[in-house]
Amino acid sequence: MSVIEIRGLRKSYRVYQKKEGLLASFRGLLHREYRDVHAVKGIDLDVQKGEFVAFLGPNGAGKTTTLKLLSGVITPTAGDARVLGYVPWERNNDYRRRFALVMGQKNQLWWDLPAQESFQLHQKIYHVDPVAFKRTKDELVDLLNVGKLLGQPVRELSLGERMKMELIAALLHSPEVLFLDEPTIGLDVVAQHNIQKFLKHYQQVRGITILLTSHYMKDVAALCKRVVIIAGGEIVHDGSLEGVIDRFSDYKVLTLDFAGDKMPGDLARFGEVLEIAPPRARIEVDRTRIASVLSTVLADYAIQDVSVEDPPLEDVIASLFALTERRAELSDRDAKQAAVAAAPAPSP
Amino acid sequence: MLARAAIWWSILEMCIAERLAYRGDFVLGTTMRFLPIVTQIFLWTAVFASAGSGKMVGFTRNDIVAYYLLTMIARAFTSMPSLAGGVARQIRDGEIKKFFIQPIDLIGFLLIARIGHKLVYYGVAIGPFALVFFLCRGYFPGWPPAEYFAAFLLSLVLGFLLGFFLEASLGLMGFWILEVSSLLFVYMLFNFFFSGHMFPLEVLPDPWRTWVGWLPLKYLAYFPAAVFLEKIPHDQLWRDVLILAAWVVFFMILCRRLMHAGFRRYSGYGG
Repeated sequence: MSVIEIRGLRKSYRVYQKKEGLLASFRGLLHREYRDVHAVKGIDLDVQKGEFVAFLGPNGAGKTTTLKLLSGVITPTAGDARVLGYVPWERNNDYRRRFALVMGQKNQLWWDLPAQESFQLHQKIYHVDPVAFKRTKDELVDLLNVGKLLGQPVRELSLGERMKMELIAALLHSPEVLFLDEPTIGLDVVAQHNIQKFLKHYQQVRGITILLTSHYMKDVAALCKRVVIIAGGEIVHDGSLEGVIDRFSDYKVLTLDFAGDKMPGDLARFGEVLEIAPPRARIEVDRTRIASVLSTVLADYAIQDVSVEDPPLEDVIASLFALTERRAELSDRDAKQAAVAAAPAPSP
Repeated sequence: MLARAAIWWSILEMCIAERLAYRGDFVLGTTMRFLPIVTQIFLWTAVFASAGSGKMVGFTRNDIVAYYLLTMIARAFTSMPSLAGGVARQIRDGEIKKFFIQPIDLIGFLLIARIGHKLVYYGVAIGPFALVFFLCRGYFPGWPPAEYFAAFLLSLVLGFLLGFFLEASLGLMGFWILEVSSLLFVYMLFNFFFSGHMFPLEVLPDPWRTWVGWLPLKYLAYFPAAVFLEKIPHDQLWRDVLILAAWVVFFMILCRRLMHAGFRRYSGYGG
């Protein structure tokens, strides 16, 4: 049975559209224009127990909205979702004791008090047995190496330290499902790496189900086997990370090390030349032509070394996001044109 | 039940600890509240001197000063600094989300937090209050009969609940209008004049006095002071306490309904 089941989930907002300028501000007092934003457009998704799933998408794609729906922060416009058998937006306390949501830079801790006092409060709120609480807290504090910071007011902690404390607070009640919304946003490379390492270890040991949104591909590559890509409120890919490259990248990068210093001048016939740094050249070659290009190159030139690589993941994701955004814009435009065409003509 | 009591007790402890975090602001804010007393005594002395008569609408100068000191006690219970604005800010900034996620009741939490803040305030203010009342004891006619004193104490507790639920309801309007500062300004304005904070409501001419009598605002300052000074006729005393209790129940229900409707409406602002 799936831990997370989503069927036809939709969320639409009505957003005030303010035009530029002071005059428009005054006009807005009398008449306001609104726009319907369809943040999530009927998604279906199943997540099994123990999966670590990355939820990727450009800004405004609907990732955070989906997490808010699954954690009961907002109520959907239509559709159904069950997490651990509960309807999230009914906000059943039994459900709330079995999941946790961590949002990057959103503080669940008491700002003016040391984190350990917030932890104590969480123990009571989540009905955690005192012995289990102490064991879990000690384990998490040890894993994240924050023992010395427990007595320091939260406001005096660095961003990375605060995020570690947020994670501890979220995990003290041993949730079965964890929603992570950009947990490494704004952190330096070292802090990002520490959080990644911790999450990987914790998920493997506890076998909990995690849904992660992040813009850092390193987070995703390090942690998640399964990737769900959402764009324009719709799921456009659900599979492995490698599958993203296979499916959405139509080229490979061919790197050639020539035997002599003399570089041939006709490399552009194989594809777009990315870089020439004698004796090396890098060419972007259409995936369907890679075998024929390789055999031609090896036959025509004296080659010392050759390698064929997939394009960087960031590039594939970036072009995929750009493509889906363009499609969403076109679809919006078509919908508007259809609405105008369907409107009754003014009477003469 | 015990587990729930333990949760509320922990929250109360946290709120008290948080309140004590900013010592300077806290001590200054508490002690400075007593400064207006001196100006009020001078003001009413001048008013009575210029009026030339010993009584105004049934109040002597001493009555008025005693009334003013008693409204200070009433307002120490019923005023809710930053409650409505704080709730609205949490809605706007998205901080309110934690009450959707954690198994904890928003209104219950706010109430306990407010009790914590008040307890700390009373703990520190009781000294200055006792000193001021001792120095001004000559203005008071004496202790009221036990029945009136009991009604006075009850009106303070009910007044606290009324102030809390009324302002929490205003704050929860933030689910609809995000920025509630103008709404709060209007409320504070009405509160200032019609709660009896500045002068006894007997000063108001009719029909204003009758209309204000129907509002819940008078229970936030005027009523407890008037009960202590035995300005409320005996046959109206418990009827008015019952009306106050009814207002508390009304705003309690309104507050919870606004919370549930607001939760359904909430769009998760602030990321």
